[in-house]
Amino acid sequence: MTNELLFGLYIFVLAGFLGHYVIEKVPPLLHTPLMAGTNAISGISLVGSLVSAGGGYGKLSMALGFVAVICATINTVGGFLITDRMLRMFKKKTPARGPKT
Amino acid sequence: MSASLPYLVASVCFILALQGLSSPTHARRGNLVGAFGMLVAVVGTLLYAHILTFLWIGIGLMIGAAIGAAMSIWIPMTKMPERIALSHCFGGLAAALVGVSEYHHRMAFEGIDKFTMAALGLEVFLGFLTFTGSLMAFGKLQGLISGAPMTYKGQNATNVTMFFAALALLVLLVLDPSRSFLFYLMGALGLAVGVLAVLPIGGADMPVVISLLNSYAGMASAATGFALGNYVLIIAGALDGTSGFLLSMKMSQAMNRSFANVLFGAFGAQPDTAAGGAGGPAANYNLATVEDAVGVLTAAQTVIVVPGYGMAVSQAQHAVRELAQSLEANGATVKYAIHPVAGRMPGHMNVLLAEANVPYDQLYDLEDINDEFARTDVALVVGANDVVNPAAKNNPGSPIYGMPVFNVDQSRAVIVLKRSVATGFAGIENDLFVQPNTMMVLGDAKKTLREFIAGVKEEAA
Repeated sequence: MTNELLFGLYIFVLAGFLGHYVIEKVPPLLHTPLMAGTNAISGISLVGSLVSAGGGYGKLSMALGFVAVICATINTVGGFLITDRMLRMFKKKTPARGPKT
Repeated sequence: MSASLPYLVASVCFILALQGLSSPTHARRGNLVGAFGMLVAVVGTLLYAHILTFLWIGIGLMIGAAIGAAMSIWIPMTKMPERIALSHCFGGLAAALVGVSEYHHRMAFEGIDKFTMAALGLEVFLGFLTFTGSLMAFGKLQGLISGAPMTYKGQNATNVTMFFAALALLVLLVLDPSRSFLFYLMGALGLAVGVLAVLPIGGADMPVVISLLNSYAGMASAATGFALGNYVLIIAGALDGTSGFLLSMKMSQAMNRSFANVLFGAFGAQPDTAAGGAGGPAANYNLATVEDAVGVLTAAQTVIVVPGYGMAVSQAQHAVRELAQSLEANGATVKYAIHPVAGRMPGHMNVLLAEANVPYDQLYDLEDINDEFARTDVALVVGANDVVNPAAKNNPGSPIYGMPVFNVDQSRAVIVLKRSVATGFAGIENDLFVQPNTMMVLGDAKKTLREFIAGVKEEAA
């Protein structure tokens, strides 16, 4: 058990560091898509909800899991869709319009 | 085979997705990679995680996908902060419910070891806290709850007490996980803390609050990962948690708040309105007509637009872009100066301008453009107030002293579009408005901009 805890902590701390370096490089321009995107990614708690809803652990677990599946799916599906919708809008200046600065 | 391999693939995809966001050119592809990773993780779970009944899972997935798609396709970009607050809300709730379910069935079947108990306790507490906290943030943004800070006596003491109470409950639960009453009490405490921690925070501080809730939602996911021994949850939660934390740090720097202030949810640090309003309403504004402003604009070679939340409120993004285009047709160079807290969430203003077809290479951050104001003919301030207030630089008595602001006052001429002569969100006087080279054009920003566009086109013809 201590081993599993330690291993989990290793992963948590290293992922945190990695996240720090990757996210530091995201320009303020894209901070809103970043938040929408990380929202979609943390919707991965969906996999926990799936096990709870379908693992055969009794009625209460299934009911709670069912609601959790809905919530987490809203975040994953909705999160990736809205991030894409936002990113699609970011365009570079077209040369046809006005003198280039 | 277990689901571990798909989870590893998913983790790599998520990191690549975030890496893609380092530049607008790769960002869309990165997002697709992230979505692919999610698909792999879900399919892997359905195939290998001993799922027995698929019916309710299928129904849940369909309902969730329908709601998620609807919330993403039709929501206007101005409502993005509300949209994000709601998704934090769902994320927190999902984590909390999985925690309750896990506790319940483990207690019934196999019992809970100390370590899992600690993770479950944190998961449920953080999950419920994020749930109600985000609901409150949503209510404030949407105007369902007053955006004004609601404070009461002993508020900090109450919050600190509740925090330590939660910690004490967690310790008691770890010592004896069978005390289910304490477990549910901890969940209830999370719900209460979420409400009480966000209610006192004013609408202008929402960028910090939303980022912080983003971080809490990530931490709740990571705690779920510890409880279930699921590493992809730990990794995704850690990424989300760091991202939210970094953003709230950046937001607090941009609003001149301390680190501790952010950690404790920006409690009780509301700028005191009485401290700033000593001067009373200034009478000596340089009110200008549209014709005066058009004259200055057509003569300008370099123009910097400083948009604020007021621009978003009057939906003037498209008018701003059209005016910029007419000025460019006139031979002028137009840039946009975006303050980190312009808008109600990090980066919100950039999204609004991108939606109005402003090319992103014309959008500049605070540090990248601030030296340019001194060499600029006209600074056009559209619905921004505190972020252009020179008092933040030179009046130590001002509540916003020390906050990084644009050097708008250094440009040759300043045109300010403002609804009325009332003070801004924080109720602070703005010395910029009485500067001799400032022209105040009062009225609805969108209407005024339309008149500007007509004027500039006429002048050019």
